[in-house]
Amino acid sequence: MSRHLTDDPIDVGELARAVLRSSDGGLVVFSGVVRDHHEGHAVESITYDGYRPMADAEIAGVIEAVETRYPGVRVAVIHRLGLISVGEISVAIACVAAHRAEAFDACREVIDRIKERVPIWKKEKTPDGEIWVGWQK
Amino acid sequence: MTSDPSIQSATGISVKLLLFAVLRDIVGADERDLDLPNGATADDVWQDLRRQHASLEGYATAPMTAINMQYVKSSAVLQHGDELAFIPPVSGG
Repeated sequence: MSRHLTDDPIDVGELARAVLRSSDGGLVVFSGVVRDHHEGHAVESITYDGYRPMADAEIAGVIEAVETRYPGVRVAVIHRLGLISVGEISVAIACVAAHRAEAFDACREVIDRIKERVPIWKKEKTPDGEIWVGWQK
Repeated sequence: MTSDPSIQSATGISVKLLLFAVLRDIVGADERDLDLPNGATADDVWQDLRRQHASLEGYATAPMTAINMQYVKSSAVLQHGDELAFIPPVSGG
């Protein structure tokens, strides 16, 4: 069972409602969205692959680290895998806190850490074929 | 030879190699069961893969490496029953 991975479209509102407390005065949501271009070429869609149990555990570790670094902040993360079309959300992060500053800072840190170490990969579908992002041939 | 995988032979270990993303495409499989000598490291497995697949030839250094879902150095020594994965550059988000 994955707590932080899904194969279905992401509902950002649902993610935010799951963490929001009556003591929170700030809710920051970041959504990563599939765009139609990357480094100068067109992108038609992206297929996300993941080492599912490890990715789930690594995301949990990122949440724990950021919640420890920013006491009082609560974080929720959901990452979608599989084929995702342009304009659809691939990852959503919700951070809540009593005040906005910590919520903004925590949200930025969560996405930065996810991009560094969570074993998830994207394969872009372009007009010229498919490309694994980050792999130099 | 016994076929019971729970019995470790005196001279070697069995390890499951998991393949993801570009490495799955290159190798053409999701996973492989490997029989390795005692003392084999993750990097030994990587160098074997390089010898078998020309498109990995330029990658003298193993990518990020995980054993049993924990990041480790590629010099880590494998144990019988380990789950090994090479993690190509991640691109989540």
